[in-house]
Amino acid sequence: MLAYTCRRLLMTLPVMLFVAIFVFGLLDLAPGDPAALLAGEDATPQDIARIRATLGLDQPFLSRFGHWIWNVLHGDLGQSLYTGMPVSDMILQRIAPTFTLMVMTLLISVALAIPMGTLAAWRHNRWQDRGIMVFAVFIFSVPSFVVGYLLAWAFGLQLRWFPVQGYVPFSGGLLASLHTLVLPALALGSVYVALITRITRATLLETLTQDYIRTARAKGVDNRTLLFRHALKNAAVPIVTVVGIGVALLISGTVVTETVFSIPGLGRLVVDAILRRDYPIIQGAVLLFSFLYVIVNLVVDLLYRAFDPRVKY
Amino acid sequence: MKNFLALLKSQPAMLVGFVLLAALVAIAVFAPWLGTVDPTALSPVNRTKPPGAQFWFGTDLLGRDVYSRVVYGARVSLIVGFSVAVLSTLIGVVIGLAAGFVRWVDAVVMRIMDGFMSIPTILLAIALIAVASASMKNVIIAITVAEVPRVVRLVRGLVLTLREQPYVEAALAAGAGKLRIVARHIFPNTIAALTVQATYICGVAILAEASLSFIGAGVPPSVPSWGNIMAEGRALWQIRPYLIAFPAVFLSVTILAINMLGDGLRDAVDPRMAKRAD
Repeated sequence: MLAYTCRRLLMTLPVMLFVAIFVFGLLDLAPGDPAALLAGEDATPQDIARIRATLGLDQPFLSRFGHWIWNVLHGDLGQSLYTGMPVSDMILQRIAPTFTLMVMTLLISVALAIPMGTLAAWRHNRWQDRGIMVFAVFIFSVPSFVVGYLLAWAFGLQLRWFPVQGYVPFSGGLLASLHTLVLPALALGSVYVALITRITRATLLETLTQDYIRTARAKGVDNRTLLFRHALKNAAVPIVTVVGIGVALLISGTVVTETVFSIPGLGRLVVDAILRRDYPIIQGAVLLFSFLYVIVNLVVDLLYRAFDPRVKY
Repeated sequence: MKNFLALLKSQPAMLVGFVLLAALVAIAVFAPWLGTVDPTALSPVNRTKPPGAQFWFGTDLLGRDVYSRVVYGARVSLIVGFSVAVLSTLIGVVIGLAAGFVRWVDAVVMRIMDGFMSIPTILLAIALIAVASASMKNVIIAITVAEVPRVVRLVRGLVLTLREQPYVEAALAAGAGKLRIVARHIFPNTIAALTVQATYICGVAILAEASLSFIGAGVPPSVPSWGNIMAEGRALWQIRPYLIAFPAVFLSVTILAINMLGDGLRDAVDPRMAKRAD
């Protein structure tokens, strides 16, 4: 297990290196001269040259890349071209809402999807099953920002149960904060709910055809115990897999969902950075999100063992 | 063709998806003759008119006819969807076949693909578009770059199983060259799975374009697309929900239709999958 963990950790290195090269090359290709931008409008060519030398922009590509990687590993992602603030500080300021939203989305999605998938499997081919499957296909196809507007309109504008837009930080009270994130989490989680519902149902149906389930049934175990005690356990591995794959959807969805609900998170930071052509911010955010994605998938791989002792490495 | 019609008949959901998609293609193609006006024509007198007899879907902040914009917006979505599906499949097949058959290519290519796949689609597209510029061509390129690794993985996986098949061994024994084996025995067997994959990619690309345009990193505002119509409606949506609702419905129905078509194709291609997903 330890050997596998180490090997798996090593395997993420080339991937992370690729992402780093891509992200760095991106800024290198970006139009505009960062030195000239930082120097301001009435800078002399000497000023610009000085800044370029301080930033190391006059060095060859590999040297600059090495320098940049060194800084990144020390938590220095450069400066925003727009505010002049360190990118890492700006990202840290915005990380709380995004992270809370993602965790909440995961929890809500799993809490909704597993009962729905189980119900569908239990009532296989009855109306409950058909209804849930049609619903799953439907919410899988409706984009999360459309779901977002629909929820904001219904539960925000009409019923007034939740705020239509905006975000209350933790300092404004934990419950109030989470309250503002319910609708965004539901919107962001819609695709997730569809995926997890389908995989839960499919796994349960497959497991129910196994020999040991027939044996359990033969010795008189009732349907409910069968489903919850014997079958549902087996659904853990595929569900965890879907959660891992879905993190990419979650990250992409965050950028859009935060725009719909005006949440000042990382997604908004990226969107604002696009409009301002603030490349270091985009660079930092892509790096951070990709790193998160790689780590989540690493954890998912390691979790297989925890959920299914039969898995051998 | 006959097979396809029989397939549509046997799968009602797929038929619905196909008919909806055909209708959308017709809307996109015949946009100028569907009672539309110039989708970019400003009319300050008619700003934010609610839907009615003159403006079926109402007008936006600048007095443009939302119905015309939504109808013309179908063109952007479908062009992006189909282009990305075709391009990423073609590029992915070539790379995937090479990776599946040549060992050293495999090692290099798959690490690069892993790298690309560890950057979420929208972020990869945002990064590429931020460096280039917001245009339909760049949106297509950016989404294609994000989707190619998925096709490569699929093709490579198929090649690795197919090359162990007895008939490939037989062809090798009979003295067939590598290229001939790939062209005659391997590639034809990947087409079914690729068709399914391409259908899903088409849906993913349409969603990605809409998302990108919605956050301002997609098709430029001068070209109406469902994503940027919604982006422009954002400021007013609480009092004028139709500004968001009409493009949202068209977008959702399009993706739903494509997914229904894809599910039907998948079930037809691989009955085992049908049983599992059903």
